[in-house]
Amino acid sequence: MQYIPNILFAILLIVGVGYFVQNVRKLTRNIKLGKDVDRTDNKSERWKNMAMIALGQSKMVRRPIAGFLHIIVYLGFVIINIEVLEIVIDGLTGQHRIFTKVLPDSVYGFLIGSFEVLAVLVLVAVIVFWIRRNIVKLKRFLSAEMKGWPKSDGNIILYFEIVLMTLFLVMNASDLHFQHAGHGNVISQYIAPLFEGNADMAHIVERTTWWIHIAGILVFLNYLYYSKHLHILLAFPNTWYANLKPKGQFTNDSNVTKEVKLMMDPNADPFAAPAEGEDEGEPEKFGASDVMDLNWVQLMNSYTCTECGRCTSECPANLTGKKLSPRKIMMDTRDRLEEVGKNIDANKGKFVDDGKSLLNDYITTEELWACTSCNACVEACPVNIDPLSIIIEMRRYLVMEQSAAPMELNNMMSNIENNGAPWPYNQMDRLNWANED
Amino acid sequence: MNVPTMEQLMAEGKQPEILFWVGSAGSYDDRAKKITKAFVKILNKANVDFAVLGPEESCTGDVAKRAGNEFLFQMQAMMNIEVLNAYEVKRIVTCDPHSFNCLKNEYPSLGGNYEVIHHTQFIKELMDSGRLQSVGNTYKGKRITFHDPCYLGRANEVYDAPRDVLGLLNANLVEMKRHKATALCCGAGGAQMFKEPEKGDKDINVLRTEDALKTNPEIIATGCPYCNTMMTDGIKAKEKEDSIIVQDIAELIATAQDS
Repeated sequence: MQYIPNILFAILLIVGVGYFVQNVRKLTRNIKLGKDVDRTDNKSERWKNMAMIALGQSKMVRRPIAGFLHIIVYLGFVIINIEVLEIVIDGLTGQHRIFTKVLPDSVYGFLIGSFEVLAVLVLVAVIVFWIRRNIVKLKRFLSAEMKGWPKSDGNIILYFEIVLMTLFLVMNASDLHFQHAGHGNVISQYIAPLFEGNADMAHIVERTTWWIHIAGILVFLNYLYYSKHLHILLAFPNTWYANLKPKGQFTNDSNVTKEVKLMMDPNADPFAAPAEGEDEGEPEKFGASDVMDLNWVQLMNSYTCTECGRCTSECPANLTGKKLSPRKIMMDTRDRLEEVGKNIDANKGKFVDDGKSLLNDYITTEELWACTSCNACVEACPVNIDPLSIIIEMRRYLVMEQSAAPMELNNMMSNIENNGAPWPYNQMDRLNWANED
Repeated sequence: MNVPTMEQLMAEGKQPEILFWVGSAGSYDDRAKKITKAFVKILNKANVDFAVLGPEESCTGDVAKRAGNEFLFQMQAMMNIEVLNAYEVKRIVTCDPHSFNCLKNEYPSLGGNYEVIHHTQFIKELMDSGRLQSVGNTYKGKRITFHDPCYLGRANEVYDAPRDVLGLLNANLVEMKRHKATALCCGAGGAQMFKEPEKGDKDINVLRTEDALKTNPEIIATGCPYCNTMMTDGIKAKEKEDSIIVQDIAELIATAQDS
């Protein structure tokens, strides 16, 4: 009978972690629906980027207030989770605070003391975050795409943090043995008097908070997949696989290169039948109209986005009231990818055409044509997400597959085709300026 | 104006030290042509051995690429690369950050490998090597704010060269709140120059002009023909064209040299 709590704990752990692993599998499968792209060059720079940007939060602190608060929550999250290790070992072995038996009192006290201080700092930071979202109403949290689930999601995460931190502190406060030992109860000693003199109640509170705390962590772990909060995991691979080339360098579509080389080759026979045995295959689609046309890094970008809106708040189109919002581009890509993933789940592993696409059903052409390709969104993203590359891929589809550019752009492009300039001037007049005053 | 073409130099069996890529705006647009001519004046004064392609130059295809027309871009790129490679061009300078970005970053994988620099970088080079003729005090103490072009700044992280060159003028250089990596676009990039903006509550160039006006400038310095047009229009929209001038860095330097 005495092993029942241990068995229950093991079951809880297996279910919690197991479900999470299943979600991670789904996530990676969805990301792999994207086209291949090689981002494994220059490994040392990639590791450096990950260390600086994801681990070191270097781009977060460009906005000092949010950056500082975020670092507290981030450090709190990483460091307090050391405590989870103890909880897991205790839970499985039926021990109580096993680290007290392994570590010297001073070290254990220092660790738990730091956790308690961090827990309070996290509480403060999270409350400020909540105020920023719900009372101060920062503009970037109020955009059209932030209505409904994204708004609730942001708040739910904050409530989770508040509950988990409170549980942690109350758990320590009601642990009379820990309080009497007096190592590391820097904060909880002020809550402890509530439980003093009623050992039974203290024990019940301690056990209850202990169980809810660890259960809460496992629930939170599984909440990630359904939330913008996935960034706590994906920020790392996302910064590692990010584009290292100059931001102004757009990819040269290699399928187009093949076609153009063929067109410009004077010896090519335009009517040539494919060589014997040559696989004609499906003609390559130019650009992207749906998530499967994007590359896997772009899809990972969409899951990494935590909807902070720094991109949108620096986007010149958005700042002047246009519909384009780079954050929405990322959220739409993710939502459509989730829809495609569910479709695959429902159809035994195969995607069945649902008559929808990322273009039009999620992202409108009005948004796509409002972009100035200025890279402000890419620069602003704290985890190196690239919304611009998605916009350009979709423009490529509109222009090359659908000939659906705005009329003025079609005029501009036919000018380039006819006389090598975006305006209708004669190419032979290119040097006229040299002879004008 | 002394503007040799590659064709002429080749006939004489000569290879210039640098090719000046004029670009479509610099060749045809009335405002941008002034920038082109100012830069040529600087080149001639510094005795730079340069040449242009003239009628053999064609649009880089940059704007077609930003609009999504990869076909047209690559056609233009391959035609230009054929010409550039035939003349064995090694080094290119241009006043247009869009051409600069495109030639520097997007031509190499299509077979066009050149060292490409922006005219502000080249002027900086002339300055550092002592080839730049002395610059007078025309703009001494004037309040100048520099608007970073997206395709020079964020796109290629060239922030210092234009500021170093402006430093020659002994002017009072004032930064806008949004500058360098956080500079706001003028609104012309991504093919916007050639179309009407989408529905919104303001034009981007007006917003950017407001950024500039907050520094209370006498001169708004630009480094891109499109930015120049957008900021000039913005100043007109704000009815400040009598008190504030919008000029390219090359124009400021050329004017200061004349005095």
